[in-house]
Amino acid sequence: MIQPGLYQILFISTALFFIGIYGFFTRRNLITILMSVELVLNSVNLNFIAFNKYLWPNRLDGVFFTIFIIAIAAAEAATAIAIIINLYRSHQSIDVENAEEMKY
Amino acid sequence: MNEMLIIMKSELLITIIIFLLLFIKLGKGMTNDSLLILVQFLMLLNFIAGFFFNLPGNLFDGMYHTGPLIAFQKNILNLGVYLISLLFADWFRKSEHLTEFFILLLSALLGMFLMISSGNLLMFFLSLELATIPVAALANFDLDKKKSSEAAMKFILSSAFSSGILLFGISMVYGATGTLSFELLPAQLNGNPLQVLAFVFLFAAFAFKLSIVPFHLWTADVYEGSPVAVTAFLSVISKGSVSFIFLTALYKVFQPMNELWYNMVMILSIATMITGNLFALRQQNIKRFLAFSSIAQLGFILVGISSNALEGTSSVVYFVLIYVFSNLAAFGVTSVISSRVGKENIDEYRGLYQTNPFLCWVMALALFSLAGIPPTAGFFGKLFLLTAGASKANYTFIIIAALNMILSLYYYLKVIRAMFMEKNEKPIEKIRLYPSVKLGMVICAIGIILTGLLSWVFDYIQSLH
Repeated sequence: MIQPGLYQILFISTALFFIGIYGFFTRRNLITILMSVELVLNSVNLNFIAFNKYLWPNRLDGVFFTIFIIAIAAAEAATAIAIIINLYRSHQSIDVENAEEMKY
Repeated sequence: MNEMLIIMKSELLITIIIFLLLFIKLGKGMTNDSLLILVQFLMLLNFIAGFFFNLPGNLFDGMYHTGPLIAFQKNILNLGVYLISLLFADWFRKSEHLTEFFILLLSALLGMFLMISSGNLLMFFLSLELATIPVAALANFDLDKKKSSEAAMKFILSSAFSSGILLFGISMVYGATGTLSFELLPAQLNGNPLQVLAFVFLFAAFAFKLSIVPFHLWTADVYEGSPVAVTAFLSVISKGSVSFIFLTALYKVFQPMNELWYNMVMILSIATMITGNLFALRQQNIKRFLAFSSIAQLGFILVGISSNALEGTSSVVYFVLIYVFSNLAAFGVTSVISSRVGKENIDEYRGLYQTNPFLCWVMALALFSLAGIPPTAGFFGKLFLLTAGASKANYTFIIIAALNMILSLYYYLKVIRAMFMEKNEKPIEKIRLYPSVKLGMVICAIGIILTGLLSWVFDYIQSLH
């Protein structure tokens, strides 16, 4: 069995990062946009773990950082979902196209 | 042990106030008026306490560090929050959830304090999030207004996106150097492509938070939709704190990449000033107008940042101090008029001088200071920023910045002309100000005039470095 190297993992994480960014810019549903942001954050987690395993195996900063990112992502998602629920109450929709009172 | 408590005293004080407010919320019955007076008193105490027992030191293996300059920066932020608690009394009294508002506001302030003091990218990221997420909740505080929830949505999504970019940059910094500490990083930076890419990502994340031009699109909408108190907090305190840590990041951590970031800062600064000014010209809503004017001011801060460590730091800190006074005064007047009469358009300000001369004078002083007209402090702030920027002898850049100052005069004076010189049959009726609002405005006005005239203020800031 072939062990994956650093390049393979970095390729996956970079792809995941840009898939997340693509989703952030093209999706119209707020929940899906939030999911895209989570993809970006998880790609960073992969990055940290990969760097920690292959380049700096005797340090722990990367692992700690990953744990904190997971916690912060949860906090951010909770706040964002609360805001989205409130937006749904006032706009009757969670489509970004309908939240367009302010422009330019 | 005791020493640790004193070194972290400003953060601990804020935490104590947050817990106090939580207990008040748990207990029964306090009217908005008495609660507001209590909060103003606590903020004043907090501001005064910032001047005493400032011990420099490193804590938690270099994760947290403080010194005289950082203590002074924290004092500026404390002053800003105290002025906010005074100036927006009209809106606070009507608010249903005043305690929660201040709990969230102070949590964000705590995040900013930790961010300024951070000595490690992990600590920096955590405190940046603590400084951002509560503000998104604050932006939604006008629960029944459509605009407010829209603003909060735009803010939380763009800040989540920018923290994603920041994290990607940090992960590459870690991969390229193997360390996250501000102390150890500079020795590891040699400018290889991975590090440059990481730096570009980090820079983009900072630009998002500071709303520097290609990343400024969220600013105007968030400013317009949020309650005025939150807009003021975002545009003054949050921008100020991020520019403080930006100084540390550029001068201490990424000093080896000096030549690289000088060009980035210069180009973005020119783009920011020009875009902010041009968009401010055509705004009718006063909050949107102030939003674009604050983008233009950020461009001027970047002129100062492009300089070397000593001059850059002192001129930026000095400018932020003046910016606190002048921008908060402008937002204070806006808040009084929008929460009493519900008017936010510049056209509706016509003839305000006939009925409310005091408000007009405060607004005029604030706008003169933002535009940089000599007797006010804003002139000296901009002068020092441009002098600092000129130390690199790139005079085309400085001339473009100076021309932008002239351009900005046009739209600031347009508001002043609307208030003082244009006639209006039905001007806004006479408004009786609350004493605290009046006090806040007087403090701002005195600050606008005296910070410029007292020369020791700048010398003092320079001596802290």
